[in-house]
Amino acid sequence: MSVDSAVQAPVAAAAEPVDTRTASLRAVYIIWYRDLLRYWRDRWRLAASLAQPLLFLIVFGSGLSSALGRGAVFGARGGFSYIQFMYPGIIGMAILFTAIFGAMSIVWDREFGFLKEVLVAPIDRWAVAVGKALGGTTQAMIQGLILLILAPFVGVKLSALTILELIPLAAVLAFGLSSFGVMLASMMRSLQGFQVVMNFLMMPMFFLSGALFPLQGLPGWMTVLTRIDPASYGIDPLRRVVLSGSGRPAAVIDQFALTIGGHVVPITLEVGIMLAFGLVMLGYAVAMFERRD
Amino acid sequence: MTEAVIEARGLVKRYGDLQAVRGIDLEVNAGEIFGFLGPNGAGKSTTISMLCTLLQPTAGTARVAGIDVVRDPARVRQRIGLVFQDPSLDDQLTGRENLDFHAFIYNVPAGQRARRIDKMLALMELTERAGSLVRTYSGGMKRRLEIARGMLHQPQVLFLDEPTLGLDPQTRRSIWTHLNELRSRTDITIFMTTHYMDEAEYCDRIAIIDRGQIVALGSPDQLKALVGGDVVSMTTPEADAAAEEIQRLLKITPIRDDGTLRMEVRDGRKFVPRLVRELTVPVDTISLRRPSLDDVFLKLTGHAIRDEEASGTERMRAMASRWRRR
Repeated sequence: MSVDSAVQAPVAAAAEPVDTRTASLRAVYIIWYRDLLRYWRDRWRLAASLAQPLLFLIVFGSGLSSALGRGAVFGARGGFSYIQFMYPGIIGMAILFTAIFGAMSIVWDREFGFLKEVLVAPIDRWAVAVGKALGGTTQAMIQGLILLILAPFVGVKLSALTILELIPLAAVLAFGLSSFGVMLASMMRSLQGFQVVMNFLMMPMFFLSGALFPLQGLPGWMTVLTRIDPASYGIDPLRRVVLSGSGRPAAVIDQFALTIGGHVVPITLEVGIMLAFGLVMLGYAVAMFERRD
Repeated sequence: MTEAVIEARGLVKRYGDLQAVRGIDLEVNAGEIFGFLGPNGAGKSTTISMLCTLLQPTAGTARVAGIDVVRDPARVRQRIGLVFQDPSLDDQLTGRENLDFHAFIYNVPAGQRARRIDKMLALMELTERAGSLVRTYSGGMKRRLEIARGMLHQPQVLFLDEPTLGLDPQTRRSIWTHLNELRSRTDITIFMTTHYMDEAEYCDRIAIIDRGQIVALGSPDQLKALVGGDVVSMTTPEADAAAEEIQRLLKITPIRDDGTLRMEVRDGRKFVPRLVRELTVPVDTISLRRPSLDDVFLKLTGHAIRDEEASGTERMRAMASRWRRR
């Protein structure tokens, strides 16, 4: 009977009753905190992760800007230059890569043993998945929002209001993709699967997300794939908010927006889709973690 | 009467057809250092994992700190400290940060956290390096940090799975000095597995496990008393012939271990001259000593504890740490 075992237990242990629910909430916090601590500490990674977006913007963006400047979509005639179009997409790219890599550090933790320390603690396992997803979310958000300082260099005007609007949008995208990353990590037992995820999931997700080209007027098969890509619903709102700061008519901005069946998808719906995606992925990850191994 | 802190009854673990642990019964008393000794693959880690609630037993029951490990694993985990066979530190955090993480996740009251961490750091002689990244620690320091971490939430039992595996002899001795120090300063009960015979000598009591079963249990002296008298070992190029002669002329059955023949005799000093006189086969060496736990193991199981698999694990670990350094 559990009563007599409680009586037998010495005083020191009785003073710290095991309440796994509060313990799990504390665990979510400390797992999140550890991720941020490691993120801050790794300055090289921070610097390196800014190099890639810069390379895309400066080389790729400038190159295509001048090539496409004479075309019908991008250019001086009331529209936006390619580099302005691409800029929010690159913010999305930074969020996409950081979120998935950040969350998938669970696989590293498993490989190097630290995950064991967490999994044997008297906490519920959902806390590990949630803590990691939130850790990835925060890192990705910071990584994306840091790029806002580049706005003047690409000729984009950002008001304080625009920035305030961008923060939750970046957070939602980061959350959806981090949860996706945790879900992937919960299924992986070794680092071997990492390259596969990178080549067969992250790169296609990036290319189909509308970060690099508008998602209108594409071939049929590609239209379908781009609408299946969850990242599309996170990057599109970022772009619409960033470009709306320029004061151009909505019709100009809508020519780049995500459409389904010819209709522009409202931002609130996109946010809803992204959140739902994140929650489903996280739910799945929690279920995977709670299976005892 | 002392109360049993760990109590196992008929513990069994089966993986398909393989029976890793075949019915283990044991009781560990408060304040004891209890050693689980056996070769790799004997079922030591499986047993310790079941006691720590990391594995579900196929059959049998176990209570740790008075709590059933199957029915209430969370409460068991709050009351035990764990040091795993493989390292489980975050080497990109400092020693102190690793301890902080643990204290937080194990719900150590905020007011006591810093004090307990300082105390354990001092006890494990890590105070000076507490602010360095664990990446820069030596193997022995990492182990000590893990022991300190396992003690932070004031467990009643500290479980150590092969705590000295892969460490050099000097570091292994230092880990033992620290464990003894820990025991004398707290009222912790220590349960550990090892396949190093010399380490088992430090334990108050030992269970010798082979092929999933306990073959002997007692203090090192009690176990050594199972081997009567002295141990004489002889190496010879003609082991078969020598064994036959010893059997025939001296009425003793030697135990074969490759080219070595071991004999247990009442008075070794008188036996050796007789042996030399009677034998006709060539003899390379003869040695005489008091029985060790190796002899006990050999006598009880008919085979010696071998290190081959352990060295494999150690190689893997060396590779992993090289990889980690990048």
